[in-house]
Amino acid sequence: MSLEKKPKKKMSFSHAIFEKNPIILLVGILITVSIGGLVEIAPLFYLENTIEKVKGMRPYTPLELAGRNVYIREGCYNCHSQMIRSTRDEVERYGHYSLAAESMYDHPFQWGSKRTGPDLARVGNKYSDEWHREHMNDPRAVVPESIMPGYPFLAKADLDFNLISYDLKANQMVGVPYSEAQITYAIEDLKAQLDEDSDDYDAFMERYPTAQVRDFDGNPNKISELDALIAYMQMLGTLVDFSIYNAKENNR
Amino acid sequence: MTNLSPPPTVNSLAKGLTSLSLGIGVLMALFIIAKTSSAPMAFHGYIMILAFALGIFAVIKFGNPDNGRIAAEKSPAGVFYNDGVIKAGAIAAVFWGVIGFLVGDIIAWQLAFPALNFDLEWTNFGRLRPLHTSAVVFAFGGNVLIATSFYVVQRTSKARLAGEIAPWFVFWGYQLFIVLAATGYVLGITQGKEYAEPEWYVDIWLTIVWVAYLLVFLITLRRRQEPHIFVANWFYLAFIATVAVLHLVNNMSIPISFVEPKSYSLFAGVQGALTQWWYGHNAVGFFLTAGFLGIMYYFVPKRAERPIYSYRLSIIHFWSLIFLYIWAGPHHLHYTALPDWAQTLGMTFSIILWMPSWGGMINGLMTLSGAWDKLRTDPVLKMMVVSLAFYGMSTFEGPLMSIKAVNGLSHYTDWTVGHVHSGALGWVAYISFGALYCLFPWLWKRKGLYSLKLVNMHFWISTIGIVLYICSMWVSGIMEGLMWRSYDALGFLEYSFVETVAAKFIPNIIRAVGGLMFVIGSLIMAYNLWRTVRGEGDAVPETSETPEISETAPKTVPAE
Repeated sequence: MSLEKKPKKKMSFSHAIFEKNPIILLVGILITVSIGGLVEIAPLFYLENTIEKVKGMRPYTPLELAGRNVYIREGCYNCHSQMIRSTRDEVERYGHYSLAAESMYDHPFQWGSKRTGPDLARVGNKYSDEWHREHMNDPRAVVPESIMPGYPFLAKADLDFNLISYDLKANQMVGVPYSEAQITYAIEDLKAQLDEDSDDYDAFMERYPTAQVRDFDGNPNKISELDALIAYMQMLGTLVDFSIYNAKENNR
Repeated sequence: MTNLSPPPTVNSLAKGLTSLSLGIGVLMALFIIAKTSSAPMAFHGYIMILAFALGIFAVIKFGNPDNGRIAAEKSPAGVFYNDGVIKAGAIAAVFWGVIGFLVGDIIAWQLAFPALNFDLEWTNFGRLRPLHTSAVVFAFGGNVLIATSFYVVQRTSKARLAGEIAPWFVFWGYQLFIVLAATGYVLGITQGKEYAEPEWYVDIWLTIVWVAYLLVFLITLRRRQEPHIFVANWFYLAFIATVAVLHLVNNMSIPISFVEPKSYSLFAGVQGALTQWWYGHNAVGFFLTAGFLGIMYYFVPKRAERPIYSYRLSIIHFWSLIFLYIWAGPHHLHYTALPDWAQTLGMTFSIILWMPSWGGMINGLMTLSGAWDKLRTDPVLKMMVVSLAFYGMSTFEGPLMSIKAVNGLSHYTDWTVGHVHSGALGWVAYISFGALYCLFPWLWKRKGLYSLKLVNMHFWISTIGIVLYICSMWVSGIMEGLMWRSYDALGFLEYSFVETVAAKFIPNIIRAVGGLMFVIGSLIMAYNLWRTVRGEGDAVPETSETPEISETAPKTVPAE
């Protein structure tokens, strides 16, 4: 015991307070681990230049949001990033580097951490719907060396959209600027995006001006999960108008 | 002294309140089943009802004379230690470990042979990968931490665990969390945030369990009969408290309805990304590092029968490690849309973090001063020493990869996967195996393990497996990183993406073989521990007069 005490007194007369009182130790730990997070994360919520000023960003249509939920459910983020880094090769391979503004309505973000498959941040309009249908059904039918799992069940599964207005409402509560009309007519809007001839087409286009409208899964008689997923993928990275984007002004 | 620790009894008020709370849980689950539109959520409702009903049954029976749960022998120090819950945690750790490693190896083969996804929703890589990560990190690692922390805090405090029902609630509540999370992933319930996939209601359940865990740990510390809180307990406390903070903040979300699984995170885009990686990196820092350093600070000196090398170093190690780790998250987001100042800050602190990490490694390794000869005869100690070597290696590799220029090459590639596994298999799993090999004979009062030869076999098979794993991932990760940025003579990108996928075929197979060896090693361990419990081979039951080997805390005075 005497051996134990002597060196301690010499070197840290105050540290004993942490070693003798679990509550003080706990408070010390909580203060110590709070500093880094507060300094790094908190400013992102109020520094105005964190999110670039861009033209063209809008919330997801109900169909795209449902498709995004299929994307999340199947764990696509485990293999695909949605974040093009600002390096020469990435910009040449995938397109303009991703902006913070482009995922400002993404709850949660899907930037990913691994590219077992290619980045998808700008996959929108790169391939035809037909290509996506084939690829989802059997990836190796269109890309022989691909190691992606097949998702043939998506075309067969009916999309469950009865509660889609709840999804929009929850998004509104966490800060996505959905209007009351967009929430009220969510189901109509979801169906309208699949059919250019529907009666709700004009109202839908007014609420989501840049949306792409067509039957995505090639089967007009069915609203499938594949409809939603392809609608989501075909809009990825297409919203921001880069012809008027000022990179210098948004440098940070 | 003996008056301070009377034989344990169960408070009937506690029994009543626990049963009542579990009963309310049953009603809430019934409500969810009646109202939900989601079949997987209804399935979770049934699991909850089953678990809560079994819980009520167990609580009512709790403390009956024929029930062994609170029965405890008085230790030579005069304390009735609660070892039952630790035994349960140790068994659960082995069980979930084998499952987690196995799922990991299955998805490794899927990456080489995509037909193994079977084109089904329940078996595709995207759903099984979170199952693997959660099973190894939270189910295996979590049970190791619960079991060892309950063991260490009792022995180093000379006090019985606080509460009788509470520690069992922590254990079984945590298993329920694991089952809900795992079945959720397979059925398609996920938040889509890495290592934080469970949905809001599972998160709430984990929060309740975690608060109980923190209280049990804190109150046990308050009841200690030793003047100082032993160093391992600082690390355990930092792990429990910080994981609580990380879990609460990162999982804040709004469910679309109280009977539906789907929720939307409070954070979006860039703020969401940094919050997630603040969480994700510190799941590594506090769950997989601080907690397991707690294991190191008790089990290494205990097994080596040497005092911790430097008490002063442990104080510096502790505070600098927990202060610095929190800052390192942004290194997961280099060259992304995260503002540059945050990236630079994250990189700087990640590099500084190398120092406390190696300080801890040195403190652990130098504890063997004067006992290095034991490595010749004790494969369990060998496993723990090698775990510290892997810890040193991966905490050097980590700061290296956090440098922006290096990260530009390594990010998004298999190099990251290899790095994680050198830490997870080499450090976390090996120090856990070492602790389990110590705990089983101590808890079941055996003179030793069933077979040290089998431990040696486990050691070599899984070490070769780890080496195959991380080397193949270095090769494939650096190769694909270089291929992605490779230009031909005319200034065009040289390779299409799918060419880089095809080039990884052989490394993918080597990785899966390495993983298979690791799984085989864990099965050898399970077999060895099973025979130890049964008291076979060298696991001779201890007679009552043998002094308990693990009674006191390792000395904290510096070695000469």
